[in-house]
Amino acid sequence: MKILVAVKRVVDHAVRVRVRPDGSGVETENVRMSMNPFDKHAVEAAVQLGEAGHASEIVVVSIGPKQSNDVILTALAMGAHRGILIEADGRIETLAVAKLLNAVVAEEQPDLVLLGKQAVDDDSNQVGQMLAGLLDWPQATFASEIKVAGDSLEVTREVDYGRATVGVSLPAIVTADLRLNTPRNAALPMVMKARSKPLAVRPAAEFGVDLTPRLKLEKVSPPAERVAGRKVADAAELVAAISSELTELEAL
Amino acid sequence: MSVLVLAEHDLGALSAATARIVAAAETLGPVDLLVAGQDVSAVAAEAAKLAGVEKVLVADSAALASLSPEAVAALLARLAEPYSHIVAAAAATGRDAIPRLAAKLDLMPVTDVVAIHGPTRFDRPIYAGNAIETVSSGQSKHLLTIRASAFRPAASGNDAPIHPVDADVTSVARFLAAHRTESDLPELSTAQVVVAGGVSFGSAEKFALVAELAKVLGAAVGATRAAVDAGYAPNDWQVGQTGKIIAPDLYIAIGISGALQHLAGIQGAKKIVAINKDPEAPLMKIADIALVGDLFEVVPQLIAGLGRE
Ligand SMILES: Cc1cc2nc3c(=O)[nH]c(=O)nc-3n(C[C@@H](O)[C@H](O)[C@H](O)COP(=O)(O)OP(=O)(O)OC[C@H]3O[C@@H](n4cnc5c(N)ncnc54)[C@H](O)[C@@H]3O)c2cc1C
Ligand SMILES: Cc1cc2nc3c(=O)[nH]c(=O)nc-3n(C[C@H](O)[C@H](O)[C@H](O)COP(=O)(O)OP(=O)(O)OC[C@H]3O[C@@H](n4cnc5c(N)ncnc54)[C@H](O)[C@@H]3O)c2cc1C
Repeated sequence: MKILVAVKRVVDHAVRVRVRPDGSGVETENVRMSMNPFDKHAVEAAVQLGEAGHASEIVVVSIGPKQSNDVILTALAMGAHRGILIEADGRIETLAVAKLLNAVVAEEQPDLVLLGKQAVDDDSNQVGQMLAGLLDWPQATFASEIKVAGDSLEVTREVDYGRATVGVSLPAIVTADLRLNTPRNAALPMVMKARSKPLAVRPAAEFGVDLTPRLKLEKVSPPAERVAGRKVADAAELVAAISSELTELEAL
Repeated sequence: MSVLVLAEHDLGALSAATARIVAAAETLGPVDLLVAGQDVSAVAAEAAKLAGVEKVLVADSAALASLSPEAVAALLARLAEPYSHIVAAAAATGRDAIPRLAAKLDLMPVTDVVAIHGPTRFDRPIYAGNAIETVSSGQSKHLLTIRASAFRPAASGNDAPIHPVDADVTSVARFLAAHRTESDLPELSTAQVVVAGGVSFGSAEKFALVAELAKVLGAAVGATRAAVDAGYAPNDWQVGQTGKIIAPDLYIAIGISGALQHLAGIQGAKKIVAINKDPEAPLMKIADIALVGDLFEVVPQLIAGLGRE
């Protein structure tokens, strides 16, 4: 099968972001950027399907500024074959991202599209489901295991009560959760090789998708700060403290 | 202005989240509550008791048995027309179906809403809760998922009329198996008291101490991603950015460092108790009550001490 993987360049998950004092957004100047962690699991899943003989070609696509090149190269170094960078600056909402990916699907005709379950910057958890809706394909989100069974997949999903296994026939959309696999760190020769793999750079305007945001971003504010409370000396004091909290709760 | 709310339910019972979503949605307009599934008449009867519900719509069919996103989105698309808002809990069913529905209706949804400022303005957290964005929408219809933990539950005592609706949808995905975590402890996402443990417990056997303490307190159990990844706790106990978002009155964190992805799940907690051998752990610095100590000594003492009270 042919696999398309969508990867997003985001503020590195280890960075603690700061809200800009004017409330216009979070500070993204001079902060470390990297591939959305969930997308690394999606790329790894595609590469593993390739290694098991199930994938003939793996194409990665990213939508964003020029620098998103980095995350495509990371995916190519992990083992994807070819990259597409759709250049777009500024704010692109999930609906527009899904529509651009829909246009790429029309061109590439993949059997499977792998995405991350959510991006750690906007935490939207929307794009995979939206793309599935636009294509009218089955979706298996929050995947922690993917098995190939003929021309369908058996996907185990992380859900509120534990896990659930669903069968989806191809073509389908699968979004990756963090326990799907352990993403590889590409060795240096692979990183070098990635630079010679094909990478098409195309302006978003080429796809004829309306990118105008539907939502107005009014402001971004910091969350309420928590401050340190008191220290207790030992377990006995803690028992007393917890008991009094519980008594207070019961009184309510 | 009127609102269609998708009820969350499991194993024949309405989830506690639904009462909270109804209360939140009621501030937007009169609420119709949709119960979709198979053999859901008992759930519909429970739903009819929630204050603020104008009527309960019941879509009962085999195709809706597993509440697949394909079937639920198709059902909602058919019912959508008269409503200004379509709302679900930011839980498994809603997270899966609402964005799919949004794409079908060519609308931009707002997910994980934590505050409602009128019918078209909403707050949602971004960057693992390190920032809150306020968005407004001029779209013709508003599709929302709401974090139940951010709202108080609706009262009970209503007797809303129940109307069946056409439930003829096709389910394309095949449901193969449910792997349920069996537990007699309270439901994590709406529990008043939660006891959570980290990877420092070192084994599933030792992690059982967390459940033991929870039992004494009538609390639910939570875990860090590291503890789940290590196999000490099931995935549905994970609290944080990628796990459950909770807002208990009391959160007791044992041997948890307080990584920002974990803190994302407990920002709504009223009081935090932390036990850690490292006084510099980030969670110790924001805890209301902190004890520096070895969990293997402290937890058995808590179980004994609180068990006596
Ligand atoms: C009101 C508002 C204001 C915003 N302001 C800004 C801003 O000032 N600056 C800014 O840079 N962004 C801004 N955004 C971000 C926005 O454009 C997001 O990129 C977009 O909403 C996608 O959200 P997400 O990444 O959280 O999607 P999710 O649904 O969480 O992503 C899921 C998966 O979809 C795929 N995916 C998502 N985006 C891409 C992509 N671009 N390319 C390839 N694959 C992708 C990935 O596989 C990802 O794991 C704003 C968004 C909104 C709604
Ligand atoms: C994209 C992404 C998403 C994530 N999502 C989540 C999420 O949803 N939820 C989540 O929890 N994490 C999440 N994480 C992981 C997170 O970054 C941390 O790695 C994790 O929360 C750490 O778990 P921990 O506190 O158990 O372990 P550690 O950080 O290793 O902390 C262990 C703590 O135990 C203390 N300790 C050790 N021994 C003892 C003892 N004997 N007595 C007392 N204290 C002791 C130590 O001092 C330390 O503070 C995510 C990470 C990423 C990259």
